[in-house]
Amino acid sequence: MPIRTEPVTVNLGPQHPSTHGVFRLRVTFDGEVVLDVEPVFGYLHRGSEKLGEERTYTQVITLTDRLDYVSAMTNNQAYVIACEKLAGIVAPERAMYLRVIAAELQRLVSHLVATGFFLNDLGAFATPLMYCFRERESVMDLFEMLCGARITVSYMRVGGVFQDAPEEFWPALNTFTTDMPHYLDEYEQLLTSNEILLTRTKGVGILTTEKALNCSVTGPVLRSTGFPWDLRKVDPYEIYDRVQFDVPVGEQGDNYDRYKVRIMEMRQSIRIIDQCVQQIHPGPVKADVPALLRPPPGDAYGRIEGPKGELGFYLVSDGGIAPYRFKIRSPSFINLTVLRDLLIGWKLADMIVTFGSIDINMGEVDR
Amino acid sequence: MPSPLEGNALFRGIYCWLAANKGNALQCPPDGPAFKDGWLPLGWEWLAYTIAALAIVMLVVNAFMVLATIYTYVERRLLGRFQSRLGPNRAGPFGLLQPIADAIKLLAKEDLVPAGADRWVFNLAPVVMVVPVILVLAVLPFGRHSFVADVNIGILYVVAVTSISTLAMFMAGFSSGNRYAMFGGMRAVAQLISYEIPVVLSIVGVLLLAGSLSLVSIVEAQRIPYILLQPLGFFVFMAGSSAEMNRSPFDLVEAESEIVSGYHTEYSGMKFGVFQLAEFGAVLTTSGIMATLFLKGWEGPVLPSHLWFLIKVFLFAFLFIWVRATLPRLRLDQVMAFAWKFLLPLSLINIFITAIEVLALDTTKLANLWLMAGINMAVAVLGIAAFSRFVRLGGKPRDITIEIPMASEAR
Amino acid sequence: MYGLGILNGFLVTMKNFIKKPVTIQYPEERNPQHPRFRGEEFVWYEDRCTACASCAKYCPLGIIKIVTHPSGGKLPEGDAYAIDVFDIDIGRCMFCGLCVEACPYDALFMGSGFEESKYKRADLVIHADRLRAAEKHPSTWFRPQLEGRGYDPQSDAPVPWKEAGRESWPHHLPQRPGEPGADGADAPSSPAGH
Repeated sequence: MPIRTEPVTVNLGPQHPSTHGVFRLRVTFDGEVVLDVEPVFGYLHRGSEKLGEERTYTQVITLTDRLDYVSAMTNNQAYVIACEKLAGIVAPERAMYLRVIAAELQRLVSHLVATGFFLNDLGAFATPLMYCFRERESVMDLFEMLCGARITVSYMRVGGVFQDAPEEFWPALNTFTTDMPHYLDEYEQLLTSNEILLTRTKGVGILTTEKALNCSVTGPVLRSTGFPWDLRKVDPYEIYDRVQFDVPVGEQGDNYDRYKVRIMEMRQSIRIIDQCVQQIHPGPVKADVPALLRPPPGDAYGRIEGPKGELGFYLVSDGGIAPYRFKIRSPSFINLTVLRDLLIGWKLADMIVTFGSIDINMGEVDR
Repeated sequence: MPSPLEGNALFRGIYCWLAANKGNALQCPPDGPAFKDGWLPLGWEWLAYTIAALAIVMLVVNAFMVLATIYTYVERRLLGRFQSRLGPNRAGPFGLLQPIADAIKLLAKEDLVPAGADRWVFNLAPVVMVVPVILVLAVLPFGRHSFVADVNIGILYVVAVTSISTLAMFMAGFSSGNRYAMFGGMRAVAQLISYEIPVVLSIVGVLLLAGSLSLVSIVEAQRIPYILLQPLGFFVFMAGSSAEMNRSPFDLVEAESEIVSGYHTEYSGMKFGVFQLAEFGAVLTTSGIMATLFLKGWEGPVLPSHLWFLIKVFLFAFLFIWVRATLPRLRLDQVMAFAWKFLLPLSLINIFITAIEVLALDTTKLANLWLMAGINMAVAVLGIAAFSRFVRLGGKPRDITIEIPMASEAR
Repeated sequence: MYGLGILNGFLVTMKNFIKKPVTIQYPEERNPQHPRFRGEEFVWYEDRCTACASCAKYCPLGIIKIVTHPSGGKLPEGDAYAIDVFDIDIGRCMFCGLCVEACPYDALFMGSGFEESKYKRADLVIHADRLRAAEKHPSTWFRPQLEGRGYDPQSDAPVPWKEAGRESWPHHLPQRPGEPGADGADAPSSPAGH
């Protein structure tokens, strides 16, 4: 007969080493077993959507940098795609290639950070995290070359990118894409086949495809359940229909699959970058867009496959210089929907790991 | 009065320097070092005894403390190198003054006691934590003829004393009035008590070979290092003791990503420093015990015996740091399963094999020892491979239909 | 075999243990900084500025303050207004560079420094006097005329106002760089890899 103990409620966060920001989980434990979880968020709410309604279309780009601050490029990309749809602008081809290269580099960064923190949550004392951040640095250097900033890039503009890549960017990018697969091999050698990692993650926090679809989960979390839904394939935007890549899927949707899918996606990202570098031609990088954009009244929804899932921007224009409505569909927030189903019944340690494997970013959850 | 301190060269030196006279010829024989007259008059030998004993204790404890602080620096530097960074290198040359800077910082910090804490227990816990670590030094031979005391049940004493730290962790976790600390304390009790058993059983093989419980005699009995004769015992001891020290991959008690800091979440200032000192010191003492039991202790060619001992201690400490830099953490139930399903049977197998060998073979012959080493090595590899194939550590979630309301509705 | 995964991990950490660490000891050694880096100390050429306040209008945070008065100069020469106040509050600046992008006369540039720490928030406001007196090491961000000649703000000499503008660029054309009609040689537009 199992011993029943009194349930105890613990506030995990908003100040906790592994809540990835200021996230708060109100958890009821029975011993170490999670009985109930209630996510509480809003500690990083900055009112981005409202702020966006008071800024011109160009100025909003700086706001999107700060949504998911580990993947600013993809945020920029999603926003400018929405704006271009709204205003009926087509970006030049070279600009699209540059955007895709930048976005895939950013996907690498995001997945590196996600993997590093996931393994850190597993208790591998900061080692994989340090290795992942080492490679992140080299991508940051590339971004600095490209646009002068490392994190809050503001690289893309409505109708293209603000400036062409400098000459020295291309050899540096080439060195990076040559080296990166070796580093990925190193991460895999470090922990992927580690027995401790396997016992900790295999079969833990299983998400079924049905549940994921019901909760409109997207991104690597959905693909880990074996459902090959990738907007780059399903609804190709920019030049994704011209490059070849696979959509890696997991087997059963457990923590290990979510980790593995991210590693495999990083390899695909390098593949995409290599093809873009092959295909890119000289040409203009920005369409002729007035400095103060006044799109015709109407609405548009632009979406991309962000590193964390489907990132969408819904814009309503009333013909003015600022969006009338600026709505963000942030994948982190929506992926959190399944949190309660994943965690209940597992132990405290699994809870942290499962939470880390979903890979949220509080800047995007609270907006 | 036969004293366990008698065999200690340093003790004899100080004692005889103070109290050597004719009535004392038994303890300070004239053929020994030329002590003609002691400083103290006849009848004051008790004072000489006390002074000599205190001097040795002061020396050992302080040397150990200094070594432990140096070890914190070494660990952080090496961990940095494993993680492809530099580690602390700013305070002083190569960052060597970092431990001192840390100590000053900790001393200057406010010493907080939470309002909900049990004051007495809360303040006592760091002391209880650090005392057993120092007590272990009493029986550890640091070099040729240098040890504090040659106790004939030395290893039993070590096992008994080190298990006190469980109590300290539970005291700290329970008295803090913090739920993370409570989790840490509960984990500490569950884990540390479980790992006592395989650790003690893994020592039995060494004892069978050495035929003595005294650490001094165990060192002297090792003709070839017992790590070759007892590979399985060494593996079990290494895994078990890293669990007892709360080091990776069994660092559940202070799992930073899970329960913040475990049992010492609420501690600040020098109390926290004492906990850290005890933990880093435990690595050194455990490495010392491992060197003594499995690697011939202080014995070694050319270099002085104390230096050999230090080299061996830091060799094992390096091993612990390497493990910490590499491995992720196990879950609580997996850690328990690892102790009971994996380490315990392996240590029992080790005892059986060693006992049969000691019975069947003449252990005084060197050739027989090498034969034993071969057999035991094969048994270790086979045993670990077989058990890792059949033992499954994974767990299943508890099937919970949510009957309690959401916390927001319960208000 | 079982246990091999763990051993592999040990090999990786040992490999990194032997390798040189990647840490850069910041104050002594520095990461190479790209000329496009958007730094803190803005570079402002008063001789080029017409006080149109485009930068102030484009700033998403509204941290650029410009006060002018009619100077009696001529409008086509661009000196119709004299500047009384030109303050940039870099305490609130997020270095997006939209002000530089907005400047039609290439008078405002991003700086190249990043070590602007002060004890008071008020000191973080860069006044016009400081901007006038500062050494002009402009970042090449959004300034292809500087980038095109390979200017490096870290090592090269300060740029005088006459050389900073777009008109000094050898291919000074009404079009912006990279637009159709621009000379192929002017824009840094080499296709990567071939």
